[in-house]
Amino acid sequence: MPAVTSRAQRAAHPIAIVAIAAATLIFLAPILWIASTAFKPRAIATSVPPTVVFTPEVTPFVKLFTKRVQLKEPPTPEAYEAAPWWEKTILDGGERVLRVGDDVQLSQYPNRFLNSLIVAVISTVLAVGMGTFTAYGFSRFKMAGEADLLFFILSTRMLPPIVVAIPMFLMYRTFGLTDTHVGLIILYTAFNLSFSVWLMKGFIDEIPKEYEEAALVDGYSRLEAFFKIVLPEAATGIAATAVFCFITAWNEYAFALILTNRRAQTAPPFIPSQIGSGLPEWTVIAAGTLLFLLPVAIFTFALRNHLLRGVTFGAIRK
Amino acid sequence: MTDIVLRDVQKWFGPIQVIKDMNLSIDHNEFIVLLGPSGCGKTTTLRAVAGLETIDEGDILIDGKPVQHMKASDRDIAMVFQSFSLYPHMTVYENIAFPLRARRMSRQAVDESVREIARVLRIADLLDRRPSALSGGDMQRVAIGRALVRRPKAMLMDEPIGALDAKLREEMRAEIKRLHLKQGSTTIYVTHDQVEAMSLADRIVIMHEGVLQQVGSPDEVYARPQNLFVAQFVGSPVMNVAPAQVRQEGGAVRVSVDPATPGFDFPRELLSRLNGHGAGEALALGIRPEGVLVSREPRDGYLPVEAHIIEPLGSHDIVDLKVGERLLRARTAAGFVPRPGERVHARIDPAQAHFFDAQSGRSLGVRL
Repeated sequence: MPAVTSRAQRAAHPIAIVAIAAATLIFLAPILWIASTAFKPRAIATSVPPTVVFTPEVTPFVKLFTKRVQLKEPPTPEAYEAAPWWEKTILDGGERVLRVGDDVQLSQYPNRFLNSLIVAVISTVLAVGMGTFTAYGFSRFKMAGEADLLFFILSTRMLPPIVVAIPMFLMYRTFGLTDTHVGLIILYTAFNLSFSVWLMKGFIDEIPKEYEEAALVDGYSRLEAFFKIVLPEAATGIAATAVFCFITAWNEYAFALILTNRRAQTAPPFIPSQIGSGLPEWTVIAAGTLLFLLPVAIFTFALRNHLLRGVTFGAIRK
Repeated sequence: MTDIVLRDVQKWFGPIQVIKDMNLSIDHNEFIVLLGPSGCGKTTTLRAVAGLETIDEGDILIDGKPVQHMKASDRDIAMVFQSFSLYPHMTVYENIAFPLRARRMSRQAVDESVREIARVLRIADLLDRRPSALSGGDMQRVAIGRALVRRPKAMLMDEPIGALDAKLREEMRAEIKRLHLKQGSTTIYVTHDQVEAMSLADRIVIMHEGVLQQVGSPDEVYARPQNLFVAQFVGSPVMNVAPAQVRQEGGAVRVSVDPATPGFDFPRELLSRLNGHGAGEALALGIRPEGVLVSREPRDGYLPVEAHIIEPLGSHDIVDLKVGERLLRARTAAGFVPRPGERVHARIDPAQAHFFDAQSGRSLGVRL
């Protein structure tokens, strides 16, 4: 056997596989726990020692999405028969879904989830868009105090954000931005922008400027060259930056907690707020958390090729 | 018809002047090569014509119209870059079609033009490939195709084959020449390789430190260099240059490159010619290796010398001859001097000798 094995051979080594599997299991354990709790019957969710084997049920998800009231007496057999399959799961638990007329009343969760999506998607698009333009300017044009400006942009990230929470709150109250989507979008965009500028500058620096020069002499304006040449070439960097910005905006908790409470509240402050109302329904909270993980996971998974290439591509500077 | 004129062009990068008083007219369909060492301002000049670099003073005229304030996209000039700069996210077809799309040509017209140029460049079977799947030579063909496809007023090439290996370079040189003869377009070509310049150019423009040194046909710059820089930059191997003493001994005129040696015979007119051209005190003699004649037997007018190093190049040898303390490189038939250390005899062909003012480097224009 040769003394030097190729990378592929090393990766296939059984010890490596065991080690990777073990590490993966350790890192994924909390998520597995959340996932299993989301499907547990309520009674065993907090049992000690923890129940590992159980019959999964979707009751937590039904509860997550609906408003419910306690039943004073068990449902009549006719009413039980007439109920849709998903409602039966909560009728069994002594509750029924709240209806106005025939319309099922949804809980606040879908709305909070939607708020999170709106705020995260729009702020990501804005931060990455503006960041790309700014980075292009920094990368391609000479300007006075370029290094100072770049440092200034980065310096906005140097304070722990929560330090400015109170001034932020006062400013937002003055301008009527508290509990608005626009308010959170502005905040997250500003917060992500410095990151986006720096990351995108790294990527755009890597794109030879001859490509644009070729486009310029080929008869295109600089803006056209930017859209037709630089953007497609920077797609990898844009994807990587977008994932990072999206994760930051999606997971942000502190400012969302302070600046929103109803209309524009996002999922992160909403989910734990459910703990406080009555007996904590851990299975429902787990269901809400599990669903909350999905968009980031899907987004990251969809862009994984770009991301892997992008992280190394931008990180290695010549 | 496209002619390009540069008038009193000046360009600074901060405190450094990279183009000084550049004056040049390029005729319609002419193939001009800007030749010089790196940092001489040749690429900056080219980029200024393309509109990728602004100039600080002077005019650049294309067809008599000043263009120095026009954007690159409005100058109707095509450029081939050393890195080829093929757009990596587009296929070869899309790369070549790209400049045509800028002019909002119909789909059919674009298609016809692309296929026509691909046929001329013999890359028709590569149209669906991405640039990353091409060889260096093919990449360069595509880059040239992209430049030629819209029949630009002028074609600018910035060391287009500098990145290729030697054999491919030779092939592409011939191809560029063939294309120029076939398509005919005013071309400015930048290179630091004098062989490329000699083989391609109608006229060579030699630059050094931002200053234009000489403009002329390949023959002219080779046979009549205007100064020491041109003399030593053009030609391979490099022209021998040595400080020279001219002495009159009886009826003969002798030029020696080392005071300890007797000196080479020159015709008598040399003295009057040198005086007529206002030769100063310090003279430099320039002689190309083929102007150093070597004989194995002693002959009239030949000085005994010692062969020092022999470079066999197959078709001929380059022999370093020791003349006193100086070395003169001579070009001989292959194997003419059998081994280093051999005593042979040499003289300088007066008809191929150049004389320069050693101080200014200016050629005295003395031809015998």
